[in-house]
Amino acid sequence: MTLRVKDLKVYYQTLRGDVHALDGVTFDLEDGEIMGLAGESGCGKSTLGKSLIRLDSRMRHVGGSIELDGKDVPIADDDAMVPLRYHEISLIPQYAMSALNPTRKIGRLVTELLRARGVRPGDIEDELKRRLELVGLSTDVLNRFPIELSGGMKQRVVMVISTLLNPSLLIADEVTSALDVSTQRSVAESLVEFRDREYVRSMVFVTHDISLVYQMADTIMVMYAGRIAEKAPVKTIIDAPRHPYTQMLISALPEVGSTSTEERLEGIPGKPPGLLNPPTGCRFKDRCPMAFDKCAEQPPLLEIEPGHWAACWKTGE
Amino acid sequence: MWRYIGRKSVIYMLTFVIAVTINWMIPRFMPGDPVRSMLSRASVSDPAALERMNNYYNEIFGLDTPLYEQYLSFWAGLFRGDLGVSIMLYPKPVTDVIMGAIPYTLALLLPAILLSWIVGNRFGAFAARSKILDNSILPVGYILTATPYMWLALLLAWSVGIVAGLLPASGGYSFSLRPDFSWVFISDLILHWILPFLSMFLVALGGWAIGMRNMIIYELEADYSNYLQALGAPRRLIRRYAFRNAMLPQITGLAVQLGTIIAGSLLTEIVFNYPGLGSLILDSINNNDFFLLQGIFLFVVVGVLIANFIIDIVYVLIDPRTRVQMTGGAA
Repeated sequence: MTLRVKDLKVYYQTLRGDVHALDGVTFDLEDGEIMGLAGESGCGKSTLGKSLIRLDSRMRHVGGSIELDGKDVPIADDDAMVPLRYHEISLIPQYAMSALNPTRKIGRLVTELLRARGVRPGDIEDELKRRLELVGLSTDVLNRFPIELSGGMKQRVVMVISTLLNPSLLIADEVTSALDVSTQRSVAESLVEFRDREYVRSMVFVTHDISLVYQMADTIMVMYAGRIAEKAPVKTIIDAPRHPYTQMLISALPEVGSTSTEERLEGIPGKPPGLLNPPTGCRFKDRCPMAFDKCAEQPPLLEIEPGHWAACWKTGE
Repeated sequence: MWRYIGRKSVIYMLTFVIAVTINWMIPRFMPGDPVRSMLSRASVSDPAALERMNNYYNEIFGLDTPLYEQYLSFWAGLFRGDLGVSIMLYPKPVTDVIMGAIPYTLALLLPAILLSWIVGNRFGAFAARSKILDNSILPVGYILTATPYMWLALLLAWSVGIVAGLLPASGGYSFSLRPDFSWVFISDLILHWILPFLSMFLVALGGWAIGMRNMIIYELEADYSNYLQALGAPRRLIRRYAFRNAMLPQITGLAVQLGTIIAGSLLTEIVFNYPGLGSLILDSINNNDFFLLQGIFLFVVVGVLIANFIIDIVYVLIDPRTRVQMTGGAA
């Protein structure tokens, strides 16, 4: 067991009150597992990604715990998190294009970062060069400034830097969102390769692109309005989803090879609820075609078959 | 890199030519006849004598030739280092008059500009993100930077110089002394220098500190800072990067500010009756001495151009982004 998150609650503090971005999230991540984390904008998937490594100044840890390799992750204590960061938990940020200091050559940036984290840069130099070549970059990029690289190259440089210390857990936050389709694929493939070569033990891949997750991930976790709707192996989520939200989400995707032009793809009518004052009970009930009386109570996240978790009263029957 | 410097040099040369031309034009098209006003001070009543004196001076100053000839001979003189003869201090050459004033202005301006910039940046970076300093000392910075140079100068001259009587509030040195290289003279020089220096230093200091504080906060919010924080990099490293990147706009700011600072020094020098270029400008305007005025402006223009040129080059050296753009990636 690599990662165990229990009833995690993280709120954003705003002038109008707390935004319940994560409201009781529980899941496990196995060794070697790549978990796709999907959901609409504002469902809390990026917040969950951030909560695993660093809360920003507006985020507040309200409850719940995170355990990595049997050790507690003190997410609320910024200083106590420092030893874990980079060594145990690492991040490929959403903004990888601008994640590198523009006035430092990449090689020097890496050296300074490593030295600051107590690693002798010389010990790791060969590995760094090997990994750059693995993702298709020449080692010459170390002598360049970030502005001299293309977006895709910067993305790959950040990928290599982030995973250089072989972390247990890698959070990839919307890493493919800003890339074109062919680059998306090569980035996704590199990430899988990193896992296969055990550069990273397990990975949370935050995205809204379910078709990409389908190609690379082992499991998919679908979030809705700050809670988990369903978590299952990729095939199960795509072929036999049980939660009505997942079902509607999957049916809203175009099918490969489909030539039908008569059927328009159906979206999900309605909007997700605001998280400033979230509704009680099941948060999907207002948009759910199967909603009934019991949905006024919050459905628990239950394991309906091994490795398949869902939070819906209808699936629990 | 050399192509970049070459291109910049051409631009600066063009600016120089245009500035010199405008500089030559302004006093000549200003109302008032300098020779007449000089003669009226001599109170010559005989019209024939007046006429002859008028012609004599016009010939000496070259004012009897057509305008284009005056313009060309101005350029010719410029290259010989000959800027004509001062009317106000006739027959002293303009170059000598200016050379006498320049050490005072430079001794005042250079330390004021550079020290306020260095101290202000350091201080602003230090104050950023520290609640106590941010709330107590930065408001003082806002007041300082909103203060006009001459008003602060007046305040200092009045409070420190006159009421408290701690420091001399007028002149470059005591009237009882003659310029020489004695300890007495130099210490007297320094005492006279403190107040004008302070008035310029303080006003500029506030502006730089505030600018730097805002830039640092901006840089600490930047993506690369967040990334380093997520990877657990220590605060010191992140701050060092932020400071360096925040310096870039401050360097541009310095270049832009140079012109204003020279204008500020004019008023400061007048308030303290300091014998630099500023006081000289005022005197030459009052006396319609346009050769002198022209010469001073020329020096100011050259000074600003040189300073900007240096900053352009420094900027290229420290910002890889400019370097890459300007030199086509050969950095």
